[in-house]
Amino acid sequence: MANVFTSIGDWVNERAPGLAPMYRAHMTEYYAPKNFNLWYYFGSLALLVLVNQIVTGIFLTMNYKTSALEAFNSVEYIMRDVEWGWLIRYMHSTGASLFFVVVFLHMFRGIMYGSFKRPRELVWILGMLIFLVLMAEAFMGYVLPWGNMSFWGAKVIISLFGTIPYIGDSLVQWIMGDFLPADATLNRFFALHVIALPLVLLLLVVLHIAALHEVGSNNPDGVDVKHGPKGNRWDAEKPADGIPFHPYYTVKDLFGTGFFLTIAAFIIFFAPTFGGWFLEHDNFTPANNLVTPSHIKPSWYFTPFYAILRMIPSFFGTAIWGVIGMFGAILLLALLPWIDKGAVRSVRYRGLGFRIALGVLVVSFLALGLVGAGVTAELIPEWFPHADVTTWENAFGRLMVAGYFGFFVFVWVYTRFGFEKTKPVPERVTMHD
Amino acid sequence: MANEVVDHGRRRFLTVTTAVVGGAGVVAAVVPFIKSWEPSARAKAAGAPVTVDISAIEAGQKVTYAWRSLPVFVVNRTKDQLAQLKGLDSRLLDPESKDSAQQPKYATNENRSIKPEWLVVIGLCTHLGCVPDFVPDIKPEPFDANWKGGFYCPCHKSRYDLSGRVFSGVPAPKNLPVPPYHFVDDTHIQIGVDPQEAG
Repeated sequence: MANVFTSIGDWVNERAPGLAPMYRAHMTEYYAPKNFNLWYYFGSLALLVLVNQIVTGIFLTMNYKTSALEAFNSVEYIMRDVEWGWLIRYMHSTGASLFFVVVFLHMFRGIMYGSFKRPRELVWILGMLIFLVLMAEAFMGYVLPWGNMSFWGAKVIISLFGTIPYIGDSLVQWIMGDFLPADATLNRFFALHVIALPLVLLLLVVLHIAALHEVGSNNPDGVDVKHGPKGNRWDAEKPADGIPFHPYYTVKDLFGTGFFLTIAAFIIFFAPTFGGWFLEHDNFTPANNLVTPSHIKPSWYFTPFYAILRMIPSFFGTAIWGVIGMFGAILLLALLPWIDKGAVRSVRYRGLGFRIALGVLVVSFLALGLVGAGVTAELIPEWFPHADVTTWENAFGRLMVAGYFGFFVFVWVYTRFGFEKTKPVPERVTMHD
Repeated sequence: MANEVVDHGRRRFLTVTTAVVGGAGVVAAVVPFIKSWEPSARAKAAGAPVTVDISAIEAGQKVTYAWRSLPVFVVNRTKDQLAQLKGLDSRLLDPESKDSAQQPKYATNENRSIKPEWLVVIGLCTHLGCVPDFVPDIKPEPFDANWKGGFYCPCHKSRYDLSGRVFSGVPAPKNLPVPPYHFVDDTHIQIGVDPQEAG
C-alpha cells in the first residue's frame, strides 16, 4: 500500500515539481514565532468559517429561489421541508455572525500587537479589503431571504448612496434596478453574493496569506524572529525562536477549532436567532414595501458603523457627513500603519497613552454597537423615565463617536511628536528556554 | 534580425497605441454591463404615472395610493385643519419649504399643494423611510400636547404637520416630499407628471 502512495507521489512530482516545495514553504518549513497565544486562533478560525460559508452556501442555493415572489417561501421550505435544511441554513446564518466575531477579534489582535506595522502594511491593507468585501457579502446575503427587515435594511443602506450630491438619486436607482428594492435588486444581489464576491474574497485571502508568509508572522512580543538568533532544531539557518507551522500550529489550531465548534454548535442547536441578534424577529415576516418594521436596524456587526452614520447630524442641507463618517471610520483603520508611527509594535512594551487609547477604542466601538442596535434608546427611558431619549442618546452616541475617531487623532499626535515613552523591547521572544 | 538596432521610438509608439486602443475597447465593452443595472423597460413601465380618482375622499380623510411602489398620501384637508397650519411655523424646521428638492415649484407655497385642500405627499419618513401614521384630529396626543393634526412616524417619533412639514427637534431632517402631480380634472389627479408636461 505504501508503495502505491509513494509511486503516485513520484508520478505527480515529476509532472508538477513545484507542489512539494510550496507545501513545505507554507506548512512544514514555515517557521512561525513560538510564542503565539490565544489571540492567534482567529486567523485560522476565519478560514474555517469561510469554508463553512462556502459549503453550506452551495447547498442552500440548491433549494433557494431567487425571486421576490418565491424567495421568502423557499427559505421557509428549506427550514421546514428539506431534509436537514434547517441545520444547513442555521450553520450559514450563525457562520455569518461568527465570521464577524472572529474577524473583529483578529483585527483587534493586529492593533494590539502592532501586526499592521512595517513590514506588514500590505498584509493589513489586504486584510482591510477582505473586511470590506465581507461586509458587502454579509449585507447582500441578509437581503436574500426577502423578509421585511431584508427589504427595509436594503432600502436604508442603498439610500446612503442617495446622499452623494448630484448623482445620488440616479446611483440609487442604478443599484436597485428599480425605484425600490425589487426583484431586480434581489437577483443581482444573489449573483454578487454567491459568485462575484466569493471569488474576490478567495483571491484576497490567498494574497493575504501569501503576503504574510513573505514577511513572516508577528507575535505577542512584537519582535522580529527573522532578525533574531538563527538555528533551531530543524534548520541551522532558520530563526531560533521559530517552529514549523505544521505540525505545531496545525495541532494548536485544531484545539481552537474544537473549542470554537462547540460554541458554534451550541448556538446552532439552542439559540440560532441569538435573541434576535443573529436573525432579527422582523425578518420572519415577508418583505412589505408599505409597512416598515418598528425599528429598522442592521445586523449586529454593522451597528457600530451604523451608529456613526446616525449620530453625525446633517448640515449644509445634506446628510452626506454621516456617510463620510461611516466610511471614514473604516478608511482610518486601513491607514493605521501610517497613522501610528510608534517604533514599538506590541502593547506589552508601549506607552501608557497607547494602552488607554486602545481601551477607549474598544469601549467606544462596543458602545456604538449598542447605540446602533437601539439598545440605548430602550435603556434610557427605563433608567431615566423623564429624560428626553433623543437628546441623551445623541449626547452619548456622539461622545462615543468622538472616542472612536479620537483614538486615531491621539495615536498620531502621540507617536508623531514623540510623546510615547516605551519600555525596552527584549531581543528575543520572552518564551524561549 | 538580432543585429538590427532597436527603434525605441517605434516600440514606445506601438506600446502606447496598443494600450490606448485596447483601453478604449475595454471601456466600451464595460458600458453594456453597467447599463444592464439600470431599471429595465418593465421596471420603468411599472413606474409609469398613475391616475387616481379622488372624488370619494371626504374632507379630513387620507387615502394611500402606490406610485413606483411608493406609498403616496392624498389628503382632503378641512378648512379647520388648514387654518391651524399657519400657527405652527415657529415649531417647524422648514416652514416655508425652502428646500427645493422636497417639492416641485408649483407646490412651493403656503399649503405645499396645487389646490389648498388637496395634499399629495410621498408617505415615507425622511429619516429612515418608515411609513408615518396619519393622525388628523386636532387634540392633545401622547407625543404632543399641542397636536394640530399631521403625521407621526412610529419608528423614531418624527412628526409632520398636515402639509408634511417636519417639526424641529425630531430625527427627520426634511419635509415629506411632494411627488410630481397635476389635476387631470376636478376629481382625478395624475401622479408622476408635472402640470407643465401634461399641459
